[in-house]
Amino acid sequence: MSADSEQQSIRCLVAKVGLDGHDRGAHVIARAFRDAGFEVIYSGLHNAPDEIVQAAVQEDVNVLGISILSGAHNTLVPKVIDGLKEYDAFEDTLVLVGGVVPDDDKEELKEMGVAEVFGPGTPMEETIEFVRENAPKR
Amino acid sequence: MNAEADHAELVEELLAGKHRALARTITKIENRAPGYRNLVSELHKHTGDAEVVGITGSPGAGKSTLVDKMANFYRERGETVGVIAVDPSSPFTGGAVLGDRIRMASNVGDMEVFFRSMSARGSLGGLSTATTDAVKALDAFGKDKIIIETVGAGQNEIDIVKSADTVAVLVPPGSGDDVQMLKAGILEIGDVFVVNKADLKGADRTVQELREMVHMQQDNTANLATGHHGADALADGDEDAEESEKSGEDEEPESWDPAIVETVAKDGEGVEELIDTLEDHYEYLQSSGLLEDKARMRYAEEIRNLLRDDVGTLLEGEIERRGGMDELVSGIIDRETDPYSVADEVMDPIEDCVDELGDRDE
Repeated sequence: MSADSEQQSIRCLVAKVGLDGHDRGAHVIARAFRDAGFEVIYSGLHNAPDEIVQAAVQEDVNVLGISILSGAHNTLVPKVIDGLKEYDAFEDTLVLVGGVVPDDDKEELKEMGVAEVFGPGTPMEETIEFVRENAPKR
Repeated sequence: MNAEADHAELVEELLAGKHRALARTITKIENRAPGYRNLVSELHKHTGDAEVVGITGSPGAGKSTLVDKMANFYRERGETVGVIAVDPSSPFTGGAVLGDRIRMASNVGDMEVFFRSMSARGSLGGLSTATTDAVKALDAFGKDKIIIETVGAGQNEIDIVKSADTVAVLVPPGSGDDVQMLKAGILEIGDVFVVNKADLKGADRTVQELREMVHMQQDNTANLATGHHGADALADGDEDAEESEKSGEDEEPESWDPAIVETVAKDGEGVEELIDTLEDHYEYLQSSGLLEDKARMRYAEEIRNLLRDDVGTLLEGEIERRGGMDELVSGIIDRETDPYSVADEVMDPIEDCVDELGDRDE
């Protein structure tokens, strides 16, 4: 009956996890996502995995981008993924990791359920395109 | 229908207290997903128990930080809290950076505080069109207190009065001179004024100016004791409020004089006093019957808005049948017709239908 036009918007949580104070990259990504028309929720610095999970669940984001430059990805990312699973939020959230991640670890992260790992120098358009194509629908 | 079955399940899960279901419901409301209206209809009968507080004020006034401390205070008393924080969206791309969540440091890991960031999605009144419905979802979920934080507001973003029971307006020190206080708009909608960052220079003066503003409003209505508000202006104000309540009981209807509270949100100073004041206001709304009046007005407005949307949609169809908007506009550009006549013509068939139905009823 009502023909309200549906207004889907891609919601992304850009998250900094753990003891890692380098947020320039996260800021640049947040801004680029905004300019691409996404709604970006920025977590701020030094979040525990629990906080990221809480935010991702409550905000019902399509995309969770975790920025890690501390090398602790193998410890932190699994915790986030487990948390998402606990709230039935893993299935329809696209999990991305950005940062300095060795090739071997990349494979491991992907096996865990990370959709893609973006290293330094990745063109912004590539990341945005990937999100547009892969973000789960709501 | 698949969507309907989905919605029934969603409502059931939401009422059972599943966070994911609440989050997804709000998403559907925000996206105006097909059938979201039925979803909100379903929820309506479960609402009406939450106390809704609106927090507004200029960008950087400390709204988010204050909301964090308030949520924390409610939680310590064992109450559950829902927060909706609205941030502006880009007029060019529709994108947004929603940064209010960063300030929620006191409630980390506490799922009983449900915090949701919302983009204004082009709406201009300081809220998003979805905000009121999202509040319903939080209410139905069983949250005791719901806080709505508006977009950083200028002088005229006053939609919050339509969604909240009690409105607190944050006025940071140094917000301009007494002429600013004369202006219409946001300073007229505060039930409580919060001078946040009260540790900064100029806070006393801002309190003073607000106090004068409030007194000028009072003088128009009742002649309350004035002229003895010095250094302890705050305590003074509370007495005034009590006085007016007492004297109002037997004769005139009691009234609410906007209270002024000083806070330092980052240290949690003054938060308890603010919450007490907000609760006084809520009690006043209940005892005076204003709470129901407000609700009535709100629902009437809601119905009108929905109807406006629906009629608009109906008319879009009629415009298409007449060759589309471009075609109609061309006639106006060529001076063959004018906007008023076109609007009348488009409306005609609908008016006919309504008239016909009216005749039949008689």
